[in-house]
Amino acid sequence: MHLELSGLTKSFGSLVANDHIDLVIEPGEIHCLLGENGAGKSTLMNMLYGLLQPDSGEIVIDGEKVQITSPSDAIKHGIGMVHQHFMLVPVFTVAENIMLGRENTRAGGVLDRKKAHALVTELSDRYGFEVDPEALVENIPVGVQQRVEIIKALTNDASVLILDEPTAVLTPAEIDELIGVMRQLKENGTSIVFITHKLKEVKAIADKITVIRRGKVVGDAEPSASEEELAELMVGRAVDLVVDKEPAQPKDVVLRVEGLTVIDERGFTAVDSVDLEVRAGEILAVAGVQGNGQTELAEALLGLTPIAAGKISLDGDDLTGRSTRQRLDAGIGYVPEDRAHDGFVGPFTVAENLVLDLFRQAPFGNGLALRTDEIEKNAQARVEEFDIRTQGIDQPVSSLSGGNQQKVVLARELSRPLKLLVASQPTRGVDVGSIEFLHARIVEERDNGTAVLIVSTELDEIAALTDRVAVMYRGKVVGVVPADTPRDELGLMMAGASKSEAHEVAIENPTTLGTI
Amino acid sequence: MSTDTTVEPAPAAPAPQREPQRSGLPSWAIQGLVSLSAIVLALLVGAILIIVGDDQVKTAVGYFGAAPMDTVSAAVSAVGEAYKALAVGALGGVTPITESLTQATPLICGGLAVSLAFRTGLFNIGAQGQLIVGAILAAYVGFAWDLPPVLHLVLAVIAGLIGGALWGGVVGVLKARTGAHEVIVTIMLNYVAIYLLQWLLTTSAFRRPGRTDPISPVVNSNAQYPQFGDTRLHLGFLVALLAAVFVWWLLNRSTIGFELRAVGANADASRTAGMSVGRAYIIAMVVAGALAGLAGTQQVLGTDLPLTDGVAASVGFDAITVALLGRGTPLGTVLAGLLFGALNAGGLQMQLITQTPLTLTTVLQAVIVLFVAAPALVRSIFPFLPKERGVGAVLAKGWNG
Amino acid sequence: MSETTADTVRPPAPAAIEAPADRTRRLRVGGVMLVFALIGFGLAIFTNGGKATFQLVSGDLQNNLLGVPAQFTALVLGILGVIAAGAYLLRRVPQSYSGYLAALLGICFIGSFLCWAAAGKTFPLANQFQGTLNFATPLILGALAGVLCERAGVINIAIEGQFLVGAFTAAVVSSTTNSAAAALIAAAVSGVVMAWLLAVFSIKYLVNQVVLGVVLVVFASGITGYLFDQFLQEDADKLNTPNVLSAVKIPGLADIPFIGPILFNQTVLVYLTYLAVAVVTFVLFQTRWGLRVRAVGEHPKAADTVGIKVKRVRYSAVLWAGVLAGLGGAFFTVGYAGSFSKEMTAGNGFIALAALIMGRWHPIGAMVAALFFGFATQLQSQLQIIQTPIPGELLLMAPYLATIIAVAGLVGRVRAPKADGEPYVTE
Repeated sequence: MHLELSGLTKSFGSLVANDHIDLVIEPGEIHCLLGENGAGKSTLMNMLYGLLQPDSGEIVIDGEKVQITSPSDAIKHGIGMVHQHFMLVPVFTVAENIMLGRENTRAGGVLDRKKAHALVTELSDRYGFEVDPEALVENIPVGVQQRVEIIKALTNDASVLILDEPTAVLTPAEIDELIGVMRQLKENGTSIVFITHKLKEVKAIADKITVIRRGKVVGDAEPSASEEELAELMVGRAVDLVVDKEPAQPKDVVLRVEGLTVIDERGFTAVDSVDLEVRAGEILAVAGVQGNGQTELAEALLGLTPIAAGKISLDGDDLTGRSTRQRLDAGIGYVPEDRAHDGFVGPFTVAENLVLDLFRQAPFGNGLALRTDEIEKNAQARVEEFDIRTQGIDQPVSSLSGGNQQKVVLARELSRPLKLLVASQPTRGVDVGSIEFLHARIVEERDNGTAVLIVSTELDEIAALTDRVAVMYRGKVVGVVPADTPRDELGLMMAGASKSEAHEVAIENPTTLGTI
Repeated sequence: MSTDTTVEPAPAAPAPQREPQRSGLPSWAIQGLVSLSAIVLALLVGAILIIVGDDQVKTAVGYFGAAPMDTVSAAVSAVGEAYKALAVGALGGVTPITESLTQATPLICGGLAVSLAFRTGLFNIGAQGQLIVGAILAAYVGFAWDLPPVLHLVLAVIAGLIGGALWGGVVGVLKARTGAHEVIVTIMLNYVAIYLLQWLLTTSAFRRPGRTDPISPVVNSNAQYPQFGDTRLHLGFLVALLAAVFVWWLLNRSTIGFELRAVGANADASRTAGMSVGRAYIIAMVVAGALAGLAGTQQVLGTDLPLTDGVAASVGFDAITVALLGRGTPLGTVLAGLLFGALNAGGLQMQLITQTPLTLTTVLQAVIVLFVAAPALVRSIFPFLPKERGVGAVLAKGWNG
Repeated sequence: MSETTADTVRPPAPAAIEAPADRTRRLRVGGVMLVFALIGFGLAIFTNGGKATFQLVSGDLQNNLLGVPAQFTALVLGILGVIAAGAYLLRRVPQSYSGYLAALLGICFIGSFLCWAAAGKTFPLANQFQGTLNFATPLILGALAGVLCERAGVINIAIEGQFLVGAFTAAVVSSTTNSAAAALIAAAVSGVVMAWLLAVFSIKYLVNQVVLGVVLVVFASGITGYLFDQFLQEDADKLNTPNVLSAVKIPGLADIPFIGPILFNQTVLVYLTYLAVAVVTFVLFQTRWGLRVRAVGEHPKAADTVGIKVKRVRYSAVLWAGVLAGLGGAFFTVGYAGSFSKEMTAGNGFIALAALIMGRWHPIGAMVAALFFGFATQLQSQLQIIQTPIPGELLLMAPYLATIIAVAGLVGRVRAPKADGEPYVTE
């Protein structure tokens, strides 16, 4: 199928998310759409899939202009999409999810479950997916959920398959497998649109690369282009891929975690007897594929998740059993993983959010009364210090960009003396300019003698920012290694291999991404 | 978290810079216009009901073919007379105005009880029950004890506050400890309170000696809110206004209020910032319950005097509509309470003069709130209204929220 | 497939250690269960000697009586109840059986309670069940209406309002047409009209659904009250003298001893209720429409991306629910009381809501909960007849207190449909 988008434009209010975008997808090619977070890739694909309506521009399939006003139109035209946030009903079985919207029924609209079961089994076997049709989606790992999504698109006979940031939830080995599936699909004549902001993946997979920046197509590139060239195209200026920092000078142990175990709501062991130490003046990364217990570990450190066993101590003080507020007061700063959810109160003003965990203390709170003048004064100072781009300190934080929202959170946490900073995914969904700023501030905090623990799934960030890496797999720390450990070894450890195993295997079997 | 299939949090939404406001009007003015339009629309709906129910119109319709204008004039005069009676009954002179304020008094306190919880992210459907329990305790102290003036009133009011606070506090504690949804618990507690009241009124401690119907002795005169002149308006009205000022201060100028609002707007972020969400729920429900209990004291120590099983009337439910119309702010709640108080007072006169049932005002109130809650609908009927920003699913929250 | 990934297909193993949250829940629920078990046991201790007699056929005081030694039976049941609660509390059974333990405890508790109340007296058991079914009928219909709405993601607090309007319409139409069929159809239609208001305001205008439900109840109470004042009171002979549905005996089935006359000598409306439970259960879980309804209630965006019209499915679910709620309302007039009076549904719509929640958003569960509520309500009037010292008002509280206890812990992990109450907004 030959797919052509021309002049697609979409704006939200005054923001132009897509500005006259032209794109041609040839039959059977893997076309990478590369761009920063917020560049407008998802908006474009949502228009193609009928979830958003373009303000202007047209979509041409095999020379014929088409209107796609809903996902059912898109499906009818042979377009399938695997969304970044999986579009699966968690309490349904795999088979129910697959049949949803295209149900085989017998008389009277009664579901034909056998047919759906057979269909899943057939497609699963064909691509070696090993998916159980009767498993509940909420009980299967995210990697498998992604395969269910792919099967879903295939059952609709998609001839163009859109994959939106598909690798974020996968281990390097699983990414390799996904690449294999993509090639297999390509051989069968399916075109693939692959959306990502990761340069290495683009180079490994793409037949053709289109780069989008601030809602505009800024150019095409060949997979042979260097990472630096691609990065520059994506960001619009030369990008320094490394963080300027001196070697760490670790001092005393600040955070000590012993035998920490967390059981999640479903009764599964999320964190499994973890031991960790973070010293003053160093940055420890907790690496791993999303969902291997890192989130729960960070939340347990802050007392946001109850722990089943183990001990957490800060500067020798036992924190176990203390409330979140007591831990914050003891000198822990926390940047949560999902900032809109946990990091700030959207409808609150910038000023209010900058004192969200400080409002009780002098000078902001005076017993029962709130000192609004002090809160405003503080806000002015922080906005200046952190270069927070806002129309005013009385603007709701929800009106700021992702990068500036993150600056609000970090500014708040760094505005009091800290012993330990815990930052989960500190730069997720943040533009490159803000990333550089945030990284610099974190390093500065390290150099001031704070112990820093960064949870990140981005190997690039880990390599650039941190000093030591603890790799988590299924709730366990499989090893703690230096930050300059080769990517393949880290990847294998993220799949559960121990330090020594990873080292040997990585040398013998390099992965696609590791070799670039 | 566990059932969530989504793994990555939302990428930075394309900076949601909202549309620039299309008019220079501040948002409170726009909200006021929408509310005004909603009232006009409700009066139109009410007019239709009046016409449908009017005897003269019915007769005139009988010979519609012969003299169609008779039907029209009968309809116009029916509506005109009913609404005139309503307006005169609400505002036409000292007695009507004081009657309106008297009616507004418990609505304001009840409305504040709902608003405060609302700002903390809780739906307090239980003002009715909290009011009843407050009224029970206040009445008991009022008629069973014998104390000097002032002190007796103060103690009776405090008893009412405690009663309401207890009934509301249970909801807060259950929500904080077990996650039991407050909507369900408050609805259920309303009925428990009603049956509790009915049962108490059968016991010798509460039933007036010599009576078989459910009515208590009259509250001791020392425990009554002093009345203004020979009107029914009593000191409770000023107390209601003070309560509104208190709620404003609590929400906007106190550390507790900061916490309550933060929890109401984003409980997860509040918890992450070290606040105790459970504590906020408990505080909000205790204070809300106390406010509803205060409304109960205004009923039983000011307006009604003996405790009967009809003490709450529909105040607890009207309080919800008052809070909604007042958009959860103390000032708005006071204004909405005054409006509904006037509607109630006027409705009684209307029933007396034009025999238009009082139930019409119930319909009016429901329709007003329905329109206010759906500004898009009002705007599609009155397209000239300026656009408000950030309208819509602001408070969309389900059982899991 | 390499070894590593084959490995990730398996879900993680359940933890050997009990999660703190589970432990708290177990202790809390177990504690509540134990309190009830001990109350049941205590009642047994204070039960008079002698026989408790249970009347098995309505109106027959001579034959078909079941006499049991009151205190002995109560004690046996009391001890069983304590064992059930203890087993749960001490984690002696697998978690999947805990529901059965709670049910066992409930039966034991009610059993010892009945033995205590009926000791030395005759308890009309047949009447008890007959009345249970009567009270439960509108509750079941209302709760089913709620199940349909909420499975599709629309919270329905307005069941009470739908009841009122249905009851009113059925009374008026029955009075004017003398036709039971016309009355039921009209009631269903009026339920749909109320449902339409709920649908339009929640789905199209995105009004908060809790708010909306409360306002619609006020609206329904106002409008039926106004029409009652203006028309029904003046013209009661013509407009408010509905025919109460008569019982229809189902030949054969009605002759089954004990349960036959209770279940199969009922009005059409009750039979419709049985049918509704079966149909809603089947449709929701076995048909295309049901799958889609559940999908839009759980994850509307996922449904949207496979081409399902989310709003359309929600409208259809809410409107069909209106049919059920309208019929439930009809029960209050043509099914039971005859004439309409203001506010006559007296909070039953809210009990139906409670039944739906206690029934965990499942039609069968909702039915069981509704039957329990009906049982408690009927028990109240029965106990007054046989003169027990418990005030009727306190028994009337039972459904509400039970609901509070249930939502506070016994319901456990089961949660509402994920998108329940959230309007679906597309850009």
